[in-house]
Amino acid sequence: MSIDRRNFFKVLGVTGAGLALGKQAQAEPAGEEVTEFKAILYDSTRCVGCQSCEFSCAEVHNLPEPEDFPEVGVLRKTNEKRRTVVNAYDTSKGEVYVKRQCMHCNQPACGAACLTQAMLKTKEGPVIWRENKCMGCRYCMISCPFDVPKFEYNSPNPKITKCNMCFERQQEGQLPACVENCPAEALMFGTRRELIAEARRRIVENPDAYYPHIYGENEAGGTSFLYLSPVPFEEIGFRTNIQNASYPALTKGFLYSVPAVFVLVPSVLLGIHKATKSNLDKNSNHD
Amino acid sequence: MTSSAFPLKKEKKSIGRFLLDELKPRGKWLTPFNIISIPVMLVGAAIIVIRFINGIGAVSNVTQDIPWGVWKGFNVITGVAFAGGAYILTFVVYVLKVDKFHSIVRVTVLNGFLAYVFYAGALVLDLGKPWNIFNPIIGNNFGANSVLFLVAWHFLLYIVAQAIEFSPAVAEWLNARRAHKILSGLTLGAVIFGITLSTLHQSGLGALFLMAKEKIHPLWYSEFIPLLFLMSSVFAGLSMVIFEGSISERVFADQITSENKKQRKDIILILSRICAFSMFVYLFMQILVFAHGHRWAYINTPMGYWFLLEMLGFVVVPMLLFLLSFKRANIRWAKVAAVLTIVGIILNRLNVSIIAFRWDAAVHYVPSWMEIVVAVSIVFVEIWIFRWVINRMPVLRESPSWANNKHA
Ligand code: SF4
Ligand code: SF4
Repeated sequence: MSIDRRNFFKVLGVTGAGLALGKQAQAEPAGEEVTEFKAILYDSTRCVGCQSCEFSCAEVHNLPEPEDFPEVGVLRKTNEKRRTVVNAYDTSKGEVYVKRQCMHCNQPACGAACLTQAMLKTKEGPVIWRENKCMGCRYCMISCPFDVPKFEYNSPNPKITKCNMCFERQQEGQLPACVENCPAEALMFGTRRELIAEARRRIVENPDAYYPHIYGENEAGGTSFLYLSPVPFEEIGFRTNIQNASYPALTKGFLYSVPAVFVLVPSVLLGIHKATKSNLDKNSNHD
Repeated sequence: MTSSAFPLKKEKKSIGRFLLDELKPRGKWLTPFNIISIPVMLVGAAIIVIRFINGIGAVSNVTQDIPWGVWKGFNVITGVAFAGGAYILTFVVYVLKVDKFHSIVRVTVLNGFLAYVFYAGALVLDLGKPWNIFNPIIGNNFGANSVLFLVAWHFLLYIVAQAIEFSPAVAEWLNARRAHKILSGLTLGAVIFGITLSTLHQSGLGALFLMAKEKIHPLWYSEFIPLLFLMSSVFAGLSMVIFEGSISERVFADQITSENKKQRKDIILILSRICAFSMFVYLFMQILVFAHGHRWAYINTPMGYWFLLEMLGFVVVPMLLFLLSFKRANIRWAKVAAVLTIVGIILNRLNVSIIAFRWDAAVHYVPSWMEIVVAVSIVFVEIWIFRWVINRMPVLRESPSWANNKHA
């Protein structure tokens, strides 16, 4: 469904641009296969804050090893040199660790923002960034509701960096590095549907241990990174004002109107032009 | 007509020398504007070199949370609003055929054209990988569901449309009569195309921020940003026309015929009325959005006062001044109002794109002096080229008699 909608926007946008170009108004073939999105379920009740995910992420992506560690009251952030961080929160149920990274939205704002499709929702589920397409406009950063994409400001040939769910490893049949290396089984990899069922099962079987909400099931139109928590999510640093509709849907109205404007405005203008012309001709004393 | 139709071909040497002569500066060198602008532009150029060697971070303070700074927020987003005068005036002159405005339409189009060229330049400066800018242009993966994609394309096409609108002036300058005839024939098409593109990208610049729903302070975010941007581009553009006109009038006084001078007062009064009216509509829209979004809760906060300042001080007050100037037939008030409006538009655009954007971020973005120097340099270079063109081509001055320009 998500893919259908994306294609729909594409068609709309291309029509607008196509009209502008005067040609080129075909949509891409709509034959993309609908595969089920792969996803990761993170269970913060199991996380022990060992940072194995951070270390393994740094290793497979050739990034510097982390030098600090989760600490209550310190908000560690992802940046261009680290794509995932674990933070500690003091909550009503004691200390809770939370891993953060890209949410791999089903309909990502970053992907809809990107004018070159450098930011791409793959049909497998991960949202990836492609260096040879990106022009570094940082519109993805403006649009992401979770402030995920980071930019190498200090490089003459900068990259956008963010978690890509180890897309290359998945292509080779391997697990994402963080999932593979988590000693506490806090991370689980699978199809999104399986993982939502698994998360529900955990909540039902152990209602005391969990806050009954799967963060990411509906947030931002659904994400491929799902969270379970023992406490309400605002206690562990999540934005709770994230809308449940997808973010690209917010630009729908504008994009809808583009083809209409292209048809209406010129005809209205021509009409007015004709009208004023005949007026002038009637009491013609010009030229 | 025949002998001088294409001097480019027939008298190659002399036209070469003609161009060379025209490239030389004219007039006095040590004007206050030159004394200020030359060093600023030189420093700006040096900073741009550093930016390309060491990356954007070496000269700019933009952060991971607030990724667009003054180059985008001021040069591109604000600058384009001010360039809106061109599409409004071409509408009035070529579509509604209000002859009165004919004397200022060329200079406004020139201004708009230069603004777009230079703001597109600012955009390129701000791109991390400008060499990939051709991807969205040559169709190497169209991100066609991207608002920025539409805006970028419309920018590009609008630059072409404005170049066509202005081209008769170039033809007059080169004394190319046949070309002039052909190019003048294209004007109406370019105007209609240009107005359409303008409505779309003026609103598109607002639509850029639609996905940043929670990231922009609720007093500035609404789903109506595109409409608000479009509406405010009307009085932003016209205020710029008034402002620029009152400066050109003095600087280029020798070029303006006395007949045009008399007309100018009339023109400004009518523009004031359009400004006041569009500001009224804009305010009305803001009030609807305000009520609709239940924004009362935010008013009694620092951001709320800031919002009130923008709305009352820089929309309501100039609106009243525009009205006053119209009522009293006194253009001094209009000029004051134009300046206030310009400040207000700068505030508004910077608020949406920078100040209220992640207003809650731990580290807030304050532009570095280097960013500001570059931002100002871009405007200065634009003014230099503007002056160069005005001094040579029939923009403010009357067209040569062979060019019949009314109702192109
Ligand atoms: S969290 Fe942000 S960067 Fe990740 S997919 Fe969603 S919009 Fe894109
Ligand atoms: S910075 Fe790159 S990935 Fe992000 S929107 Fe721009 S072109 Fe796309």
